[in-house]
Amino acid sequence: MAGAPAAVRRAGAGWGAWTLAGAVLAFLLAFLLIPVALVVFTAFVDEGGGFTLGHFANFFGQSIFRESFFNSLVVALASVFFASLIAVPLAYLTVRFEFRGALLIQTLGVLPLIMPPFVGAVALQLIFGRNGSVNLLLDQYFGFKIPIMDGLVGVTFVESIHYFPFILLNLVASMRNIDGAMEESAMNLGARGFRLFRRIIFPLAMPGFLAGAALVFVKVFDDLGTPLVMGVTNMLAPQAYLRITSVGIDDPLGYVTSVLMIGFSILALWMAARVMKGKDYATLQKGGGSLQRRRLGGWESVLAYGWIALVLCIVLAPHLGILLMSFAKVWSFSVLPDAYTLEHYASVFENSRQMIGNTLLYCVLAAGLDVLIGTAIAYLILRTTLPARRWLDYLASAALAIPGLVLAIGYLRLFRGVDLPFTDSPVVTSSVLIMLAYAVRRLPYALRSCMAALQQVHISLEEAAQSLGATRWRTVRRVMVPLMVGGMLAGFVTSFITAAVELSATLLLTSSETQAPMSYGIYLYMQSASGRGPGAALGVLAVVVVGLGTWASHRFAERTRTPERATTP
Amino acid sequence: MNKVSLEARHISLSYGPTEVLRDINLKIEPGEFFALLGPSGSGKSTLLRLIAGFNQHQRGELLVDGQDITHIPPHARNIGMVFQSYALWPHMTVWDNVAFGLVERRETRDAIRRKVGAALELVGLADYAKRRPGQLSGGQQQRVALARTIVIEPKLLLLDEPLSNLDKNLRVQMRDELKHLQRTLGLTTIFVTHDQEEAMTTADRMAVLDKGVLQQVGPATGLFDFPVNRFVAGFVGTANLLEGRVTGREGGALCFQAEGVGELRLPQAAGAPPSEGATAIAFRPHQVHIRAAGTPGDAARLWLDGTVESTEFLGEVSRYRMRVGRVSLVADEVHYAGEPVLQPGTAVRLGIDPAQVRFLSA
Repeated sequence: MAGAPAAVRRAGAGWGAWTLAGAVLAFLLAFLLIPVALVVFTAFVDEGGGFTLGHFANFFGQSIFRESFFNSLVVALASVFFASLIAVPLAYLTVRFEFRGALLIQTLGVLPLIMPPFVGAVALQLIFGRNGSVNLLLDQYFGFKIPIMDGLVGVTFVESIHYFPFILLNLVASMRNIDGAMEESAMNLGARGFRLFRRIIFPLAMPGFLAGAALVFVKVFDDLGTPLVMGVTNMLAPQAYLRITSVGIDDPLGYVTSVLMIGFSILALWMAARVMKGKDYATLQKGGGSLQRRRLGGWESVLAYGWIALVLCIVLAPHLGILLMSFAKVWSFSVLPDAYTLEHYASVFENSRQMIGNTLLYCVLAAGLDVLIGTAIAYLILRTTLPARRWLDYLASAALAIPGLVLAIGYLRLFRGVDLPFTDSPVVTSSVLIMLAYAVRRLPYALRSCMAALQQVHISLEEAAQSLGATRWRTVRRVMVPLMVGGMLAGFVTSFITAAVELSATLLLTSSETQAPMSYGIYLYMQSASGRGPGAALGVLAVVVVGLGTWASHRFAERTRTPERATTP
Repeated sequence: MNKVSLEARHISLSYGPTEVLRDINLKIEPGEFFALLGPSGSGKSTLLRLIAGFNQHQRGELLVDGQDITHIPPHARNIGMVFQSYALWPHMTVWDNVAFGLVERRETRDAIRRKVGAALELVGLADYAKRRPGQLSGGQQQRVALARTIVIEPKLLLLDEPLSNLDKNLRVQMRDELKHLQRTLGLTTIFVTHDQEEAMTTADRMAVLDKGVLQQVGPATGLFDFPVNRFVAGFVGTANLLEGRVTGREGGALCFQAEGVGELRLPQAAGAPPSEGATAIAFRPHQVHIRAAGTPGDAARLWLDGTVESTEFLGEVSRYRMRVGRVSLVADEVHYAGEPVLQPGTAVRLGIDPAQVRFLSA
């Protein structure tokens, strides 16, 4: 809050603030902290209730688990590596050069994110798989095949091209914040070309890179859908899922796996934060220019456009594949489908209307809850003096490190045997849990949006309302909320679209087909060869929904950024 | 150290239709401390960055010791530049920042250790080598930026508004340090500033720029005493400007018809006016003597009647804004304890020494 006085004037901590904080805390305890704590606890107790490391010994004693653990780690690290390989040159091109591809790269940064990775995996099988279009062509003309979609290599491939935008977007943001004088002074002292990039630009952009890389690691480490769809089970997430669904909710090995997944997620995020502690490299001065942009030279253009075209082809492959699949009558052992039809869409609209409805219902409720809680936390942190209010933020943001699978296991364990109030039906079979899991998992996104929105509203605007006789509550309603509504909408949409494609918690928490959302439906369809067409059609619908949502959230976010100057004197 | 000269010949630079520099001709002598003075947007920073190689001129030549350096890229010029923001790299320690240029030059480890140590010693920061730039005060950061630049033994030292990010007291101190350092090293140094006091107190010579055109070059006294045009007269020090036209000559005196004031008779010697026609004259506020209204005039001064419009008490002097005819003039009167400050509305007589009046060409 640049320009705000050092001692920000805040409301005291009245009973209203305490009540609000109490409600938020109760929610976070019941649906985040306690379920996760229970998972961890279960992993460390024996049947008699005493402390034990026996489950861990048992886990690492079995070769399948050792192998899964190792595989998950390798796939996550390799995905970070390959995602960086794609993202770093693209980020550099965008920031450094003036050329028309910049818009293409921006598009590249969003395209993969609007398709759930497990949907992309199926489509990629058809294009890059052993008998996919590319390999059929290669075999026909050159007599060899590239087994890029097999096993762990395949998972790494899919994850890399799906998650590289996290690195790209973060890296571009932090590179844009580098003051041009940083680079010029290095040139002045004799540095240039690659050395200039390696010694000055990349280190200065490191915070953005690490933030992105840590996110990629966590996402890949936790992903359940992609390995399952690709038939890879010797990784941690599929193992946990298989143990819980086949052996049962009491199997301690499922919990051990969960603890390892949480542990590594937290470790990755903590390490990124730790390495970058106290290093705010945003060096752009007021009035200073950012890095100088150049025009591309002859062979540089060829290289740059070549690279962008290559990445674009690969990134678009899943979209193209899923689209072809949804229209394909028959498509196997051929470069392109043999015949086209619309009947998959018809069958989806006939049989899966409930799934679409469910997705809308759960996601609207979850995103609404997120915005409500996000605004409450933002208000408590920025506008009251409540002790330890920052911890609400830390607690809510911790959801980022909790895999959906682990949260679902925690719910099933915590609410086992509990009935819904006023009914006889157990909580664990109700769709309320799916909605709550979505809300908790996406809360960090909505929270960030709400915090940013409220930060832009200068406190004097609210004080003016109060001095004119408005009560605190009326000030919130008539001044604060209208001013931050754009940010709240952006948060709502982000929560909504990311929840719409969530699979890992969904798989465990869906107990009957009537309560299944679209993501579950796509997964089910993809299990059988005959279901692939309708599955793809449903996937296309999901991509369209998410794409529209992304576009809308960008619009909302932009609209809030414009009046920013007016509201921060 | 080998001192070099710098010469700009007919340098022009434009961004699209906007002309940023227009036909700049300038020669800076070896070992000189030279200031580029001008308001913001005058093109002074552009000229400095052009010397460093960050801007490219479209016409003209840029010579260092007679050699054209126009086509040498910035990293190969060996011209050191200290940036306005200092541009210290936050991910490196003070030591690594200073060593950067030497590492780029592939110097040996021993040489680097020796030179970086000496440079930090020179700016008085030997104990701060392990710190990060963020842990230093503004003045210390400035010194690190200086050490980082002089350690590579550049041919020329360029300083872009070196004192603008410091508070007032520190600015005066750093100004003296800069001057001292420049004398010690004997480096040909060019610095950019918008502050005429800064330029006058530090530089051997200076160039005044406005709208991309070089207005006047010379030492501080030369520019202050003999400004060539309205812009220089007003930018270097404060000046009273009277617009008007020379109407004729009468027995060794020039008749100057000043707009809104009337005819003034000036001695021929006072900067010979071009010819009859429109021009302007300028004189400094402290050269205007204030007398009580009705004081009889003498031939030594030009006498004008006026009224006090407003007063500013500045301590050393009282600054009065006077209404004379249809124009307003500024007069500074040295202040002594107990002397009353004239109140607005007081009628006064103003005496101007004709020898201090300058004709302006443009």
